[in-house]
Formats: sequence, structure tokens, C-alpha cells
Amino acid sequence: MAGEAHSEGGLAFHPLDQFKIHPLFGEGPIQWYTPTNVTLWMALAVLCVIGLFVLGTRGRAVIPSRVQSVAELAYGFVYKMVEDVTGHDGVKYFPYIFTVFLFILFSNFLGLIPGSFTTTSHIAVTAILGFGVFIAVTLLGFVLHGAHFLGLFWMKDAPLVLRPIIAVIELISYFVRPVSHSIRLAGNIMAGHAVMKVFAAFAPMILISTIGVVVTPVSVLAITAIYGLEVLVAFIQAYVFTILTCVYLKDALHPGH
Amino acid sequence: MATETTAAEVAGAAHEAGSAGMPQLDFSTFPNQIFWLVVTLVVIYFILTRISLPRIGAVLAERKGTMTNDLAAAEELKQKAVAAEQAYNDALARARVEAAKIVAEARAEIQKDLDKATAKADVEISAKAAESEKRIAEIRAGAIEAVTAVAKDTAKELVSALGGKADAASVNAAVAARLKG
Repeated sequence: MAGEAHSEGGLAFHPLDQFKIHPLFGEGPIQWYTPTNVTLWMALAVLCVIGLFVLGTRGRAVIPSRVQSVAELAYGFVYKMVEDVTGHDGVKYFPYIFTVFLFILFSNFLGLIPGSFTTTSHIAVTAILGFGVFIAVTLLGFVLHGAHFLGLFWMKDAPLVLRPIIAVIELISYFVRPVSHSIRLAGNIMAGHAVMKVFAAFAPMILISTIGVVVTPVSVLAITAIYGLEVLVAFIQAYVFTILTCVYLKDALHPGH
Repeated sequence: MATETTAAEVAGAAHEAGSAGMPQLDFSTFPNQIFWLVVTLVVIYFILTRISLPRIGAVLAERKGTMTNDLAAAEELKQKAVAAEQAYNDALARARVEAAKIVAEARAEIQKDLDKATAKADVEISAKAAESEKRIAEIRAGAIEAVTAVAKDTAKELVSALGGKADAASVNAAVAARLKG
């Protein structure tokens, strides 16, 4: 049915097909170790990291080359973020935060290549990132401060009557953190890509109907505009994820506010 | 017709997508994604911590050190420049004092020479003036004698012309008496 319609030149709406996961080689069920398009695009992200941070900095120049200065810029950007938000004792967690930042950044931008696969649009990926931060930060808080870490939920500034109520609210908001942390990233990326795909599906309207004279240019313009927005979102979401990680880390390092 | 088939196709596609569901919620792919995500994160982490971060950190530290050294060198050079300027100004002031002294000395010497020359010139002038006065006095004396002689001669001639007998001695005495008068 669908194949027939395609040969007739009908519109094809498959905005979610771009998120499908399939094995790279052959057919068959997807085992946990099967190399899939997820593997491919994550590997490309790793290659980007290597290109920028290993090949780009191999000159070790005091006066940097262009690529090296970009690498230094990214390093300085995240390093300053970690230092500003978590304070001086948070700097030793900088490599973990930088890893997460670079993974999200390169995955988001690689996902903007037409026809590519966006690993950060999958809730499984972002949930692991989000819950990884959540579990690590919670464990760190208890390891560093023991039971004092629970002071995070016990507002000493509030009136005594309100403190239990605030504690419950704080506790709920604390456990919602990883959910919002991961859904924010996946949702933003997925929604943007799906919207682009919907507009892309409207673009060939001019081939089947005269109304396409209006619809096709509007679609193309909309794709362009949303692509620009998505470029912005790709960076902002990586930034937001990273700075929230820093904020959570700060709570673990200094639970007393 | 065309719109009908399009609508049918849209409906079919929507149904297809609906039956397949969101790929994000296909739990059978989760272990695969999680496994590869963990591998990727570990690889990136090791690339960063083993190679990149120490390297960039070293470069930034080196740059900072170079800048600090350069700034210190610049500060030192600035101090030197200030010292050199000070020395220059001192030398200038000293030279100025020296020059003023030389000028004063030269002026004094010239004044002395001038005084000497003036004095000499004064002496010469007064000598010349005395000589001239003497000469004028001589000339004046000569003129009076000549006038006396002419007067006597004229008187004699007048006396003889008037028919008198010119007694030289008496004429002379008369003229002399007249001149004195």
C-alpha cells in the first residue's frame, strides 16, 4: 500500500522513522552488543572528540592554532562553569562533567546532519546520563557529609512548623531532578527533529497539487528557520545539562547552602 | 481524486506509525543503547583524562608562565628606562650648570678685555685731544701774529697813501696799542 502511494508521488509522513534503531550489518534482533546505528553515531562523536582534543591540540603551541584554540575555548568554558558553580573543590570532578558535555554537544550537532541519527533524542541515552549524574551526586553527598547531607532538605531558615512540609517538597523535587534532567534533553532534540521532518514531508506538495505553490516555499522556509533554531538548541541543551549537573554537584558538596 | 489518495496515504502512514509506536519507547533496544552509551562515555573519559586535559592544562599553564615572565621582563625594562631617563635628566642639568658657568666666565673675561681696551682708548683719545689743543693754540697764536703784521703793513701803506711819512716805529707802536685796546 505505502509503496504504491510512493510511486504515485503522495506525501509520506514518517516523522519518527529517523529515530528507529537498526543493526548496522544485516537483519535480526538487536542484542545488547549488536553494532547499530547508535554505535555508529556514538563512534562518530568519539571521533569528533579525538579530532578536536587529540589531533587539534597535538601542536601543544603556546600560540595556538585555530583548532587548538577552539579546544582551549571549550575547556575554559566548562572549567569556568564548574569552578563558578561548584566552587574550588568541585574542580576535581571537571573531567566527568566535561565528558558529559562533549558527548551531548557532539551528539546534538552530529544529529543535525541531514539523514543522521541523533543518539541524544533517545530517552534511554539521556536517562542514563541524567540518572548517572543523580546517583553519583547523591552517593557523593552521603560519602562526603554522611547524614548531614539530609540537611539539604531541612531548611533551617524556615519557621519550624513549615520545615517538615518544605522537606517533603524538597524531597520530591530532588527525585524529580533526574527525570526532568533527562526528558528535557531528549524531548527538546526529538521534538525539533520531528517538526523538521513534518515540514520536510510537506515540501514536495508542489509535485502533487497546485496548492503546493504556496505550501512548498513555506515548508522550505520553515525547515530553514527550525534548523537554525535547532543549531541553537543543540548547544543550549548541552549547556543546560552541564550547568544543571554542576548545580546538583554543588548541592552534594555544600548541602548547607 | 488526488486529494483523496493523499488523505488515505496520510491516514495509512499515521496508522503505521501508531502501530509501530515511538522508537524511543521500544524497550527491546534499551540494553543496546545503554551498553554503547557506557562504552562511548568511558572512551571519551579516557581520551580526555589520559591525553587531552593534561595537554591543554600544560599549554595553558605554560602560556600563563610565559605571560608572567614577559610581564616581569617588561616591568624590569620599564624600570631601566625610568633609570636611564633619570640619568639623562641629571646629565642634562649638570651640563646646563656647566654651560652657565662657562658663559659667566667668558662674559667676565670679555668684560675685562673690554675695560682694558676702553681705558687704553681713553688714554689715546685724551692724548690726541691734548695734541690737537696745542696745535689749535699754535695756529691761533700764528694767526694773531699774522694779523698784527698785516695790520702794521696796511697802516703803513695807508699812512703813506694819505701823504704822511710813515715812521715805521711809531706806526707799529700805534697799531700794537690799538690791537691791545
